[in-house]
Amino acid sequence: MEESLLKVNSLEAGYETQKGNIVAVNNVSFNLKKGEFLGVAGESGCGKSTLAYSIMRLLEDNGHIFSGEIIYKNKDLVRMGKNEVKKTRWSEISMVFQSAMNALNPVLSIKAQLLDVMKAHSDSFDKSEAVKKAKNLLELVNINPERLNDYPHQLSGGMKQRIIIAMAMALDPEIIILDEPTTALDVVVQRNIIEQIDGLSEKFGFSIIFITHDLSLLVEITDRLAIMYAGKIVELGKAKEIYQNPLHPYTKGLMNSFPPLTGEIEISSGIPGKPPDFLSLPPGCNFQSRCDYSMDKCKNEEPELSNCKGEERFVSCYWVEEECCDDG
Amino acid sequence: MTDKLLQLDNATKHFKVRKFLESNQKVRAMENINLEIDKGEILSLVGESGSGKSTTAKVIVKIHPLTSGKILFKDRDIYNGYYDKESKEYKQEVQMIFQDPFGSLNPTHTIRSILKRPFLIHDICSPKKVEMYMKQKLKEVGLEPPGQFLDKFPHELSGGQLQRVNIARAMAVEPELLLADEPTSMLDVSIRINMMNKMMELKEKNNISYLYITHNLAGARYIADRIAVMYAGLLVEIGPAERIIQNTLHPYTMLLKKAAPQPEKGFSEEKMNLSTEIPSLINPPTGCRFHPRCEYKKPECDEKIPDMREENEGHFVRCYLY
Repeated sequence: MEESLLKVNSLEAGYETQKGNIVAVNNVSFNLKKGEFLGVAGESGCGKSTLAYSIMRLLEDNGHIFSGEIIYKNKDLVRMGKNEVKKTRWSEISMVFQSAMNALNPVLSIKAQLLDVMKAHSDSFDKSEAVKKAKNLLELVNINPERLNDYPHQLSGGMKQRIIIAMAMALDPEIIILDEPTTALDVVVQRNIIEQIDGLSEKFGFSIIFITHDLSLLVEITDRLAIMYAGKIVELGKAKEIYQNPLHPYTKGLMNSFPPLTGEIEISSGIPGKPPDFLSLPPGCNFQSRCDYSMDKCKNEEPELSNCKGEERFVSCYWVEEECCDDG
Repeated sequence: MTDKLLQLDNATKHFKVRKFLESNQKVRAMENINLEIDKGEILSLVGESGSGKSTTAKVIVKIHPLTSGKILFKDRDIYNGYYDKESKEYKQEVQMIFQDPFGSLNPTHTIRSILKRPFLIHDICSPKKVEMYMKQKLKEVGLEPPGQFLDKFPHELSGGQLQRVNIARAMAVEPELLLADEPTSMLDVSIRINMMNKMMELKEKNNISYLYITHNLAGARYIADRIAVMYAGLLVEIGPAERIIQNTLHPYTMLLKKAAPQPEKGFSEEKMNLSTEIPSLINPPTGCRFHPRCEYKKPECDEKIPDMREENEGHFVRCYLY
């Protein structure tokens, strides 16, 4: 058994609001192995980003980790002091933020921003070394190092995105979290960036947590997939297995919501309804009201994430338990 | 014989670059585009960012004036003659849905005040009946109960709901042509298909035509009757949707096809080398504008822009390979 690099144990995190606490990440547990490419998918507002920010310890002022632990290299990130977290952040775990197009400061050159990152999180660079490193980073993401003195507006969307990825790699982290890195980009640039990320991860051996709502992207490139719904992981397993045989009704709905490019066109309806309000979650299974397979039991009791069909496949659904897992 | 609703005849749009002492530079965003949209047809315009798709839509709704060429709507030139004088009538018949649902509705107005305007401006009904009409339109796009939405502000609605309000607003004047500029790209994947179904349903019901702009070939295939592929301001391939996908001719369309996520094709380890980007439209490459990225480049490719020629019935391609 490979050793896991990051271990999240029954994490609960969310936000304090005037109307009450929102638990946006509810009892989430998973492992991330070294060099693994984990995909996290779900609709907007299902807690994907909150999960990422919790791991980075970058939640907003009203955001809290209520309970649980995030173990990285035998240390619990949740209980770490601020200064200690600062040392892990970026040098060990770094992140590519959503809408990276706007994540760069428009009045600073690329060089200044890359050097800033190195200066803020590490003491081991003097200036000439840092510039050299910055040039190397640009080469890694296929941008001419001469562009170092350019400003963000001189670069295309795809290039800005790659600069942000270069920035995340600046201190050779062990884990990179990518939060919807390609949402605003068109298909060709998207494919290009994903292949680069994949290639770099193979070259340097870092692990990736890739967050997106576009499942069609994830199944092709990730090793394992976690499907999130209303703050919980509802299905977890190998990407290939989930694609070939989605078990949870929500995963099935997500799979049917993108039209295929080849093969027959089926008129599909997507997923009816909308995600539940975190402030008034229904009792029982959260997905019950949108589910085609809902049973009486689903309305009252909440299913737990349990092992199904093989070692690494976990699903939380009563219907799946009855229909699919009985024979095994 | 179908009726042509909209016809672009060598439509060209150049933007002037305003730069100190260099006044002759132009961005060649649209070059000699020839397109037709029939009544009740969905034509999808596909291409990367910066290929001129949105410019095409904006020229059609007269946000930007055309540099040269003609656009005919119901056989009348929209820039000269009838529709130039009766531009309100034109605006009633051609409506647009914008890409960003969060940015295209005024945040300080309620949905009621946003939705009321098209009815009043275009005299669709008497002011007394506006309320009823608004509710009917909201119902049509699937926002129920409509009364509940009218008093809300845009920030209270989700992206999918906002885009439905946008569609309702465009549909309010009962247009004959709807230009949809990437209407689903800002939405969640799970909502996209609902949106496309809704648009197709409205097309069936009211016999409207669409120009559906997207960069997603799979989506274009799902919704459109015909697909037109644009690259760097030029139309490179146009034809029936299914034929474009199954029997792709232009190397650029092949590239788009390869880049699209296709989990159903299995887990190929095949990598593409897509390091180059779309060329500058100020100094576009000579000859075929795609030749710097093309796998099948031939010597004649960088000399002259190839002509559009009909390869199959209704399937045109601009490439020296054929």
